[in-house]
Amino acid sequence: MAGNNPSPTEYIQHHLQNLTFGYHPENGWSMAHSAAEAQEMGFWALHLDTMGWSIAMGVLFIWLFRKAGKVATTGVPGTLQNIVEMVFEFVENTVHGAFHGRNPVIAPLALTLFVWIFLMNLLKLIPVDYVPEIFLRLGVDYMKMVPTTDPNATLGMALGVFLLIIYYSLKVKGVGGFAKELSLTPFNHWALVPFNLLLEVIGLLVKPLGLGLRLFGNMFAGEVIFILIALLPFWVMWTLNVPWAIFHILVISLQAFIFTVLSVVYLSQAHEHH
Amino acid sequence: MNINMTLIGQTIAFAIFVWFCIKFVWPPISNALHERQRKIADGLDAASRASRDLELAQEKADATLRESKEQASQILEQANKRSSQMIEEAREQARAEGERIVASARAEIDQEVQRAKDELRAQVSHLAVSGAERVLEASVDEKAHRKLLDKLAAEL
Repeated sequence: MAGNNPSPTEYIQHHLQNLTFGYHPENGWSMAHSAAEAQEMGFWALHLDTMGWSIAMGVLFIWLFRKAGKVATTGVPGTLQNIVEMVFEFVENTVHGAFHGRNPVIAPLALTLFVWIFLMNLLKLIPVDYVPEIFLRLGVDYMKMVPTTDPNATLGMALGVFLLIIYYSLKVKGVGGFAKELSLTPFNHWALVPFNLLLEVIGLLVKPLGLGLRLFGNMFAGEVIFILIALLPFWVMWTLNVPWAIFHILVISLQAFIFTVLSVVYLSQAHEHH
Repeated sequence: MNINMTLIGQTIAFAIFVWFCIKFVWPPISNALHERQRKIADGLDAASRASRDLELAQEKADATLRESKEQASQILEQANKRSSQMIEEAREQARAEGERIVASARAEIDQEVQRAKDELRAQVSHLAVSGAERVLEASVDEKAHRKLLDKLAAEL
């Protein structure tokens, strides 16, 4: 645990604080040494742990799948190739079922989302104290390991999906078509245009928000429970820790899957004419 | 849990990973999978074709076997016929030969009998002459009676 026997509140807060580097009004560009300092940095700050771990997981994904793809033979596949191909086919089938247009970007996008989010979520099964403790010994104050418990990460990905939704809506339907869709559905009458617009814009904005917050909420809640369990005496921890971790094997894959499928569905809607 | 630049950073990272996936990860796996699918389909095709070929070959073999069996039985039959014919011919020949041998033997016997008769006849005439000589105790002029004696011998 961090420090000399911190109180439960301190312990939890410490575990939920990101390693932040940013522009502090007084200290300039620097590492944040407390939650308050990180707060004061406002928008111009970067969560180094979130970025680091998420990029590490992304690179791991690319490396694994690239390796499998390179050695991918048409003969008898090896273990890694089998796993990769299983995931690949799973994603391909999912995309095939949910996306009805023809777009070579969607399936790789779905694969990236699924595996990347899954790997980031997977970090959560590493006991909550291991990695922060190691980094503390190395002189790093904060280390919030799981990127998907940071709303920046989940909303960041959702923002990417949102930009693609806008891009494909404009590309497929044209500016006029997209505007017409926003203003004349669900009620096709000129008098109801403002109402439609309000409804549709909210509906549009809710898509990425829902995507990001759903993933964040699930992962964050799970993480908090893990931290709370870690406050128990060590000899009873496993009674709660083990079932919760086993349950989370389901949750992490399910959440990765939900994010992926919903992204594909939204992008499919962006391709459809009404 | 502040919303900050991490959001943008994450979006950029996401975009880069997606691009990388589209460019370098998806195509080789996809190609390999489709290639393998094609290969498997080809293999199954080949297998079914081979089994059909096998069936055809089996049928052909059966037909050939049946044909050769027929031929063999035909040849056998012919040979049988031929052998019985040969036996018949040989039998015929043997009988002819036998008859011929019997006939010639008979002719020889006849000849022999004839000769014996002739000899006998000559001896008898001689005997008769000498008998008559003795009976008559007189010499008969053989020359004078030759004609008579020959006539007598011819009558025997």
